[in-house]
Amino acid sequence: MAVLTLAKAINDGLRAAMERDPKVLIMGEDVGKLGGVFRVTDGLQKDFGEQRVLDTPLAESGIIGTAVGLAIRGFRPVCEIQFDGFVFPGYDQIVSQLAKLHFRSQGKVPMPVVVRIPFGGGIGAVEHHSESPEALFAHVAGLKVVACSNPVDAYWMIQQAIASDDPVIFFEPKRRYWEKAEVDVSAEPQPLHSARVARPGSSLTLAGYGPVLKTCLEAAEAAVADGHDIEVIDLRTLSPLDLGPVFDSVRRTGRLVVVAEAPSETSVAAEVCARVQQECFHSLEAPVLRVTGFDTPYPPSKCEEDYLPDLDRVLDAVDRSMGW
Amino acid sequence: MSTPQDWTPPTSTDSHPGHDHVVAGLKGTDEGGADLVQLLTPEGERVPDPRFDAYAADVDVEMLKNLYRDLVLVRRFDREGNALQRQGQLGIWVPLLGQEAAQIGAGRAMAPQDMAFPSYREHGVAWTRGVDPTDLLGIFRGTDHGSWDPKAAGFHLYTIVIGNQCLNATGYAMGQKFEGRVGGDDGEATICFFGDGATSQGDVHEGFVWAAVYDAPVVFYCQNNQWAISEPTERQTRVPLYKRAQGYGFDGIRVDGNDVIACLAVTRWALEECRTGNGPVLVEAFTYRMDAHTTSDDPTRYRLADELELWKLKDPIERVRVHLVRSLGVEPEFFDGVQAEADALAARFRQHCVDMPAPAPDRMFSQVYAEGSPAVDAQREAFLAYHASFEGV
Ligand SMILES: Cc1ncc(C[n+]2csc(CCOP(=O)(O)OP(=O)(O)O)c2C)c(N)n1
Repeated sequence: MAVLTLAKAINDGLRAAMERDPKVLIMGEDVGKLGGVFRVTDGLQKDFGEQRVLDTPLAESGIIGTAVGLAIRGFRPVCEIQFDGFVFPGYDQIVSQLAKLHFRSQGKVPMPVVVRIPFGGGIGAVEHHSESPEALFAHVAGLKVVACSNPVDAYWMIQQAIASDDPVIFFEPKRRYWEKAEVDVSAEPQPLHSARVARPGSSLTLAGYGPVLKTCLEAAEAAVADGHDIEVIDLRTLSPLDLGPVFDSVRRTGRLVVVAEAPSETSVAAEVCARVQQECFHSLEAPVLRVTGFDTPYPPSKCEEDYLPDLDRVLDAVDRSMGW
Repeated sequence: MSTPQDWTPPTSTDSHPGHDHVVAGLKGTDEGGADLVQLLTPEGERVPDPRFDAYAADVDVEMLKNLYRDLVLVRRFDREGNALQRQGQLGIWVPLLGQEAAQIGAGRAMAPQDMAFPSYREHGVAWTRGVDPTDLLGIFRGTDHGSWDPKAAGFHLYTIVIGNQCLNATGYAMGQKFEGRVGGDDGEATICFFGDGATSQGDVHEGFVWAAVYDAPVVFYCQNNQWAISEPTERQTRVPLYKRAQGYGFDGIRVDGNDVIACLAVTRWALEECRTGNGPVLVEAFTYRMDAHTTSDDPTRYRLADELELWKLKDPIERVRVHLVRSLGVEPEFFDGVQAEADALAARFRQHCVDMPAPAPDRMFSQVYAEGSPAVDAQREAFLAYHASFEGV
């Protein structure tokens, strides 16, 4: 079994998808010779040529808009947005065209486009390089939104997203790009739109996705010392949300803490909380709590340790829930 | 008609747009072409230009010495920024090496009442606007998003999202016009800085359209440093960038971006056009990024070494020095003095960086809204209480 970083796992997944289907294209800024600023597309242009790995002009509306056209023509474009904060020049194309064409054409124009976005903070970057805009996409009907959290998922989910006939916004936790895991490429993968129990437990449920999943697992580990047996759920899919495993878990544990980097108001975490209160009301032994970023613009990087949900803040919420 | 199903993907190509290559119809080049405005050659020779000499008529020995000082000081603190990043004092640094003349020329052409909209590499323009270099450090150290007062300096905050500022600059210039500040020598103008890569963004095109239809007094100042991270200019355009202006209905001009006198003269002319109501104008400063895109970038993956060597021969500082010595007889003491001043500035820059205090824990809640927000206030209170719970632990 190969030990891969998350970045390399996506790279291998992209390569496998490109080998399987000649209509799969990679498009983005610096994805060719440079291999992307995070090297996720490293070596692909060398092996597949400049017409399958396109170094595009520097324009996100152009990247997404032409990908829509290429998809109409039968291609399966995978667009790389260099950083989360740079997707907005392309947001109009995503919302107005990519998300709606299948519906507008009543199925005559499918949109098998993947938009890859490295997201989240924790790498000490300047403005616009650390944002968590997933709720802005999850709120748009017609888009599917997923977030991987580890190399195994990264390898499979990117291939499943490319194989999907729907547009998928694919969030990659940039501060976990260098985390390693064994990836068994012959194993049967989880379906793309499903949550997963990452660690079983019985006294409290922690639900998260993307970069905070590792924090949740560490918190669960640390809480053992306090006698808590925490279950951790990786949401994996943000739209549609797969809340079945969360409901099951909360019915057993009676307690839920949702963790995410994004600001909390009208967020994915907020949606999870609302639905759990509705479905699991009689099982709850404490209010559902949230540990998230704050409702402020992402701060200068010297403040990000305070901004990002860390082990202490998660454990603090665990204590509050357990003490209810 | 060929259907998508007939299509077979081409096999690998490994072309790099070298000097002999044609990409998208445009030849990769290190020459500015026949239209390039140049007043000081790379060999340090002052050459006449009937159109622009008048705009450099006041550049005497004293003034050229001042420009030289600007160039050297800005290069020196830029190099110190690079070193500070390497030593872990800055999260990232965006070098301007090679672009000093393009920035000093443009910045020194501005009048006090003018306004500049930079992207993120304009440390030299900041210098000419009186922004202390230490005010640039917070952005790269991660303590703030720019600590100078944009209004007082006539220099807007850095903009990291590519091309975004072009519409803001155009709107600002429209405001100057609406308020009747255009027309005559004391009129106002705006200048907007962006790169060759940015010219592909919709915002930049829309800025051109708006500026044209409202006759906004804005100089679009494109520093064509030949690269947008790993992508050469030929990846962005099929015509030389300055020629695009014609399609929008205003003047475009290409200046030797490594020639500080030419950049000064051409930008003075362009700002005057705007000041007197003949704008907008597009200036393409033809230059070269001699260092990496940022300290996170590795140019050896995409750039040819001989290209760098060619551009070193066009160094913007060396040619001024040669001219000052050979043609104007400036003594070595002057250069030693500037060097000493540069070293002192670099030392002050470094000390300030190392001494910068970490932001207070509630910094992120500061000034989110002009009118405040009960929700954000509540989060701040809760966070501070949580933070205080660790004290004495
Ligand atoms: C909208 C947007 N997309 C992508 C980026 C990432 N990025 C930062 S600088 C850069 C290249 C810019 O090249 P150019 O406009 O030529 O300016 P230069 O840095 O060379 O001065 C890219 C792609 C960004 N900052 N903003």
